[in-house]
Amino acid sequence: MTMVSSAPRDPRRTGRYVYATAVFLLCAWVLGPLYLLFVNTLSSPEAVNSFPKTYVPEFNFESIEFFMEFAGMTGALWNSIQVATLTMIMSILVGAPAGYALSRFEFKGKETFRILILLTRAFPLPLLALPLAVLFIRTGLDDTIFGLALVHTTLAVPFAVLITFSLFSGIPMELEEAAWTLGCNRLTAFIKVVLPLILPGITASAIFAFVISWNEVFAAAVLTIENRTLTAFLLQNLDTSALHLKFAGGFILVVPALIFIFAVRKYLFAMWGIANR
Amino acid sequence: MQARYLPYVLIAPVSVFLGLFFLYPFYLVAQTAFYDGAGWSLKNFQEVTSYWKFPISFKNTLWLAAVVVPIQLALALLMATMVNAMKKGRDLVLYIWTIPLGISDLAAGIIWLAIFEQSGFLNSMMHGLGFIDRPTALISYQNPTLIFVAIALAEIWRATAIMLVILVAGIGLIPREYYEAAQVFGAGRWKQFLRITLPLLRPSLSTALVLRVILAFEVFAVVQALGGTLFPVLMSETYAYQFELLNGSAAAAVALIILGISIASTIVILRVLRVPKGATI
Repeated sequence: MTMVSSAPRDPRRTGRYVYATAVFLLCAWVLGPLYLLFVNTLSSPEAVNSFPKTYVPEFNFESIEFFMEFAGMTGALWNSIQVATLTMIMSILVGAPAGYALSRFEFKGKETFRILILLTRAFPLPLLALPLAVLFIRTGLDDTIFGLALVHTTLAVPFAVLITFSLFSGIPMELEEAAWTLGCNRLTAFIKVVLPLILPGITASAIFAFVISWNEVFAAAVLTIENRTLTAFLLQNLDTSALHLKFAGGFILVVPALIFIFAVRKYLFAMWGIANR
Repeated sequence: MQARYLPYVLIAPVSVFLGLFFLYPFYLVAQTAFYDGAGWSLKNFQEVTSYWKFPISFKNTLWLAAVVVPIQLALALLMATMVNAMKKGRDLVLYIWTIPLGISDLAAGIIWLAIFEQSGFLNSMMHGLGFIDRPTALISYQNPTLIFVAIALAEIWRATAIMLVILVAGIGLIPREYYEAAQVFGAGRWKQFLRITLPLLRPSLSTALVLRVILAFEVFAVVQALGGTLFPVLMSETYAYQFELLNGSAAAAVALIILGISIASTIVILRVLRVPKGATI
């Protein structure tokens, strides 16, 4: 290591500048379009429809106020939160055990099962909401939070299985075997040794589940009528609406997602922390 | 019971769940697609593929995936290795880079509409720089290339973060010792990336690629928000058949075509990035 660090200074410094510039540009690439949406949202409807645009928001809340006063907005928001939380819990509880089984055991039908999981993702799943709508009316699940969460879990569970599979595969079997020789059984070894290592990754895949549900439009629009989620509600009302309403709608979709990613950022970083073990 | 039945107990919940909410409705959709009112036939497929819009939407879907996914893969790999080497400010940078993870395709379409619409920011910028006097309609049937670029940019902007997170997690699982050993033997950054990161990242790469490619074939809301009917893709055809033409059988047939190309690409990716049996990190 010490031998390498005695390399010439100058190229290394240039490299660092290039590196910093690249990081900055990539950050700007992500934040720039979001900023422009915020400018549009925080401007009056007149400013939004005028030309040329200013690049600084006027902090005028007319567009937002107009949007929030749309009947049913707050109810739709609450529905979205409930559906997404249920989806998150169900997909991890159902998906993670299968991810563990795939990574730890050789069993008959394993490859078939793996292909089945992947095939699930290979189908435009929102379309399955159409036959399910008929099915749900028969079973009384139509237009309920739980019914929609079931469909969203179908969307999210293959992600949960694949991601937990890849995460469990990265934890050496030897760690568990060592725990067994020290008096743990399968379950206690899993809880005491594997779970702490895997928890950040599990959280990350839970984020996927939540976000998949939060952002899903098609199935939500098909399966709910009275209890619309935010996306279905927006889609229904945005179709014919003016520009400033579209932008306010986009803003309201984005803000909770931003807060959510911010709230779980520690777990994302903890997942990164695995690299330093 | 332990080792023999345990895997089956563990996969049982997913299997039951997918049986009820995936296989069964899938069977219903397939039945609809192959049924023409009197018996089994390919009539629905003939109907959708002979429609003049089909070749265009098929081509658009494949082109979009072929352009967007490789760029996203390269970008995600670059970002993941940069985050991995970062000492200061990595929490903040990783947060910023993963923001699009939470943003829906509908919202992403709206965001890029703010830039590309007629009185939008791109026109304002060109006006400010003196390139144009009056705003021109950027997203119109006269500018098919620009529509494609706008949709591709929105997709790259939105969906690279999904790959990034999977790759960052994957890189984190590669033991540091490998890099230290490589440094001892004098391997540079680039060589380390090619010889250690890439090969050991194969499981994460295949996961990320499969998810991304399949989602690319399902692109819908971004296209609706930005291109509307000007840029038909397979999913928007399905939607039009179902809700505008009220032809559920045709919608099911297009859905099965999307399914076909998704399965084909999944098999290719899994074959190419297969991890040899017995090889572990």
